[in-house]
Amino acid sequence: MRTYIAKRILLSIPVVFGVAFIVFAMVRAIPGDPAQVIGGQAATPEYIAALRKDLGLDRPVVVQFGGYLSSIARGDFGRSIRSNAPVTEELWARLPNTFQLTMASMVVATVVGVGAGIVSAIRPYSLLDAAVMVFALAGLSMPIFWSGLMMMLVFSIILGWFPPVGTGSLAHLVLPSVTLGMTSAAIIARMTRSSMLEVLRADYVRTARAKGQVERLVVGRHAFKNALIPVITVIGLQTGTLLSGAVLTESVFAWPGVGRLLVEGILTRDYPVVQGSVMVVALVFVFVNLAVDVLYALVDPRIHYQ
Amino acid sequence: MATGIAEKLAVPAPARAGRTQLAWRQFRRSRAGLLGLGIILVFLLVGLLAPSIAPRDPYDVDFDRGLERPSRESLFGRDELGRDMLSRIIYGARISLVIGVIAMAIGVGVGVPLGALSGYYGGVPDLLTQRVVDVMLAFPGILLAIVIVAVLGVGLPQAMIAIGIVSIPVYARLVRGQTLSLRNQEFVEAARAMGAGVGRIIIRHVLPNTLGVVIVQSTLQIASAILTAAALGFLGLGAQPPTAEWGAMLSSARQYLRLAPHAVTFPGVAIMITVLGFNLLGDAARDALDPRMRI
Repeated sequence: MRTYIAKRILLSIPVVFGVAFIVFAMVRAIPGDPAQVIGGQAATPEYIAALRKDLGLDRPVVVQFGGYLSSIARGDFGRSIRSNAPVTEELWARLPNTFQLTMASMVVATVVGVGAGIVSAIRPYSLLDAAVMVFALAGLSMPIFWSGLMMMLVFSIILGWFPPVGTGSLAHLVLPSVTLGMTSAAIIARMTRSSMLEVLRADYVRTARAKGQVERLVVGRHAFKNALIPVITVIGLQTGTLLSGAVLTESVFAWPGVGRLLVEGILTRDYPVVQGSVMVVALVFVFVNLAVDVLYALVDPRIHYQ
Repeated sequence: MATGIAEKLAVPAPARAGRTQLAWRQFRRSRAGLLGLGIILVFLLVGLLAPSIAPRDPYDVDFDRGLERPSRESLFGRDELGRDMLSRIIYGARISLVIGVIAMAIGVGVGVPLGALSGYYGGVPDLLTQRVVDVMLAFPGILLAIVIVAVLGVGLPQAMIAIGIVSIPVYARLVRGQTLSLRNQEFVEAARAMGAGVGRIIIRHVLPNTLGVVIVQSTLQIASAILTAAALGFLGLGAQPPTAEWGAMLSSARQYLRLAPHAVTFPGVAIMITVLGFNLLGDAARDALDPRMRI
């Protein structure tokens, strides 16, 4: 198992370099002259030349990539073309907001998803089960930016329960985190249900029932604990869904996170900002996946890794 | 629809016809799958026949009737420029149809051969391909599409290409896994022993056996392509106004959420139903094509 973990960590190193390369190559891959595209049509030739020098576009590509790697290793993502502020500062200001939103959504997704999945599995093919599964499928098919707008319509505009946009209080967090958590809740609910159904058919559950165990304990102690393993994996896999969903949710609720920064960066062609935000989100994703895999290997003693 | 393709492509191997029929029989029993198939058929018809069934020109502006609520005359109401929402949603189906087909064609066209070759040959090329796939999959969901759009520029064609590229690694990985388990099986060895070339082995013996997973994946992939394209349109990175694309429609209508909820509601419902259709079909197709489920 130790070799598995070591191998898993080693394998993520080329991935990190690959991600850095793609982010680096982004600006260079812009068709035509990147400096011209970033500067815009109205830019003076002097400004374009300065921009090219600023972005290091006048040096050989290998040198550029080396320079890029060493600066991001020092946490330097360059300066925003529009505001001239260091991108790193902006990222630090935004990251806690994205973190808060993603965490809250993870809680929503886990509580709602696992709860609904168990309820469904206890009475399979009942009306309640059907209702839960229909909701889950709808949740999977709903565009998250639209469900956000619908929640805003119902809970802020019509009912006035929560503020529609912005940050600052717990009430501000409710709508964005429920919106963002819904898709994942649907996935977790489906996984919990099928995992529970499988376990409930197992011999040891029949044995537990045969010995006269109370049904609540059969479900809670014997079945649920064993059904949990695939569910935990799926919850871990939701990080990607949540991180990419955050980009959309932040745009809907004017939530000042990294995702919003990224979209604003693209719309204003502020490439250092775009590069910095993409790099940070992708790195978080790579590390969380690594952590989930390692934890999984540690937690589940039954699986032997080569 | 899925089985239609399967039948056409799988005919050469006689044993497969029986398997396809079995899969169809299995599929027919799934009410959810049939519902999905029905939704997709309606979606296809609406998309293909948009110009003849749309009650009005979707780009016809009428400022006097801006944000008008749904009425008998305009069933879904009017948007902020007084354009007929129903007509715009009908044309939106056409655009989503094109997005789904093109994105899938790029993903399948590049990903499937890549996965098959990489899995069949193994060794260094496989290792390199897999590392590239790893890197592409290291970007969560929509992020890689956003990166590609940032490079190619904002717009609907760029968004379609981006979504297609993003789906390549999924197919490549899937087909590679299948190929790995197929390449050492007896019927492949037999073909090799009879002197079949690599191309023939892959096309005649390996790929037909991966068809099931590719069909299931493609169905689900179209759903996610439509969702992603709408998301890009919503963020202002995909289709641009005045294009009648569902995501872009939501993007401009959201400012009038309070005044005209209908302009925000209908495009979202259209996206949801379409995506739901592909998800239902994909789930049912997986159940029908997965031999482990058929005991």
